[in-house]
Amino acid sequence: MSRINLMSKNIKRFLRISFALFSSQYSLMIEYRAEIALWAISGMLPLIMLGIWRESGISLALSLNKDWLTRYFISAFIVRQFTAVWVMVSFEEDNLEGRLSPYLLQPIMPFWRYFFSHIAEQFSRIPIVLIMLLLVFISMPGAFWFPDFGHLMISIFAIFSAFCVRFLLHWLFSMICFWTDRASALERLLLIPYLFLSGLVAPLEAFPDSIKTFALFTPFPYILSFPSRLLAGQEINIIKNFLILFLWGLVLILLGHYFWKLGLKRYSGMGA
Amino acid sequence: MTAISVRSISKSYQISEKSPGIKAALMHMFVRKTKNILAVNKLDFDIEEGEIVGFIGSNGAGKTTTLKMLCGLIHPSSGSINVAGHIPVLRQNSFLNKITLVMGQKQQLIWDLPPLDSLRVNAAVYGLSNREAKKRIEELSTMLELGNELYRPVRKLSLGQRMKSELLAALLHRPSILFLDEPTLGLDINSQIRVRKFLVEYNKKFGATILLTSHYMGDITSLCKRVLLINEGKLFHDGMLLELTEKLSPYRCVNIELTSPIPREQFIQLGNIVKYDQNLIELLIPRSELTNSLTTLLNNFPIKDLEVKDPPIEKLIGNLLEKGQINL
Repeated sequence: MSRINLMSKNIKRFLRISFALFSSQYSLMIEYRAEIALWAISGMLPLIMLGIWRESGISLALSLNKDWLTRYFISAFIVRQFTAVWVMVSFEEDNLEGRLSPYLLQPIMPFWRYFFSHIAEQFSRIPIVLIMLLLVFISMPGAFWFPDFGHLMISIFAIFSAFCVRFLLHWLFSMICFWTDRASALERLLLIPYLFLSGLVAPLEAFPDSIKTFALFTPFPYILSFPSRLLAGQEINIIKNFLILFLWGLVLILLGHYFWKLGLKRYSGMGA
Repeated sequence: MTAISVRSISKSYQISEKSPGIKAALMHMFVRKTKNILAVNKLDFDIEEGEIVGFIGSNGAGKTTTLKMLCGLIHPSSGSINVAGHIPVLRQNSFLNKITLVMGQKQQLIWDLPPLDSLRVNAAVYGLSNREAKKRIEELSTMLELGNELYRPVRKLSLGQRMKSELLAALLHRPSILFLDEPTLGLDINSQIRVRKFLVEYNKKFGATILLTSHYMGDITSLCKRVLLINEGKLFHDGMLLELTEKLSPYRCVNIELTSPIPREQFIQLGNIVKYDQNLIELLIPRSELTNSLTTLLNNFPIKDLEVKDPPIEKLIGNLLEKGQINL
């Protein structure tokens, strides 16, 4: 079989597995639609921050325009909704309860099961996010905007890339389960830099220069601030930000792969 | 041809120990006492293609740890394993396509969806075409006597139906080596019989090699000619089930019916008296003395009927598993 045929066969197989995993996980998510709605509502922090920033005088002191802030936080709300990651909790549960063992005995990396479970969840929350956006625009009609098609597509791609990098970051930290059995406390720890360095509670413009410089050396601003500003149609260096995002992705893939191999040697098949 | 070859494998774990109470908990926070547990100790055995082998032992004897090493879930501390020509821990796709592990107390089916959803995922993962998957699902569901259950959410199925669906999911890719860890755990007697019947059928139809652990001796006696008995991580017996009976019980059971009663004292020198009830006597006689004792009985006692048999294997192994140790 030629190399091209083999590659095409592998791609077809992967697409079929992806679709099967996605559709089964989507069916599962639909079973819990009330829970999905609650999760979506729990991601309202950027809208709360919008209310705080619009009404405070700090924005004026920092010369941040109210319309600019409004679009930024509405975009951050959308980005946050579609970059939510809980793989550390799921992986920890599966590891402790022995569900990881049957996954490990199938000819597909368990990584993909968690990945498509997240993608399915994001699809299932689309209607809920649209309703929430509708309510936001009804309450603030002046804030409505809709990006042109090209802009929308590139923003969706940036959000998906940001999700992948965030997922890879959490996946890497999930590997700690192989050493300590539990990793969910680390997720809480990871939430702090994510909240403050990603631009979720305040745009990076509001940070002192030293903190802003520090933040830009971490993956967090590229996970939230970059796609949010892109979606809001604000000025940003698209190529540079995409390149940094991909670089982080590559580093996390390599580290994730290394620690996965190392961790499996320590796997005790607990609970199974 | 050898399907499974195990050479001197051992597995040790490090576990931390803690005494009860708040003081011990505080101490445990800062200083951990650890202990090495040798779960499996230098096991050696081979299993031929198509064999059904029972893997028995008391709780904590090392059965599940061994199964986990055989299917590549955990690394042995020492020794080597070859399963279907592969080193299990490498978990190559070609190896994973040949094996399956079914754990009676664990499930791979998605709890809130019908088994068919999980089967669709398995079919894609194992690269089965839709037509082939459908054909296999029909074939296996007929063998397992599963019907509409495949369309109901797993959480709504009975334990027996769930176990049969688990077996279907685990065997959809038609593995040639089956590791079954307590596959009939918690099932009622009818479901147990159905699962056993299915395993025999699957073994005959596809020539599959089966290594089975079970605490239900019915599973072992009805499925396995050969058994591996493991105790405290060490292999105690590898051979025919009948040989194990001889090993576990160096006695034979002799039931005697007399034409007229004989005083109890006269039987003491012949063996252990298990039962003495007028004309009916049951003796346990050491195998080495059986011929002499029977000759004495037939020549000197008014025998109406006499039966010599082995103590039931279920009882022997059951006692063994209950005690958790082997006393010779």
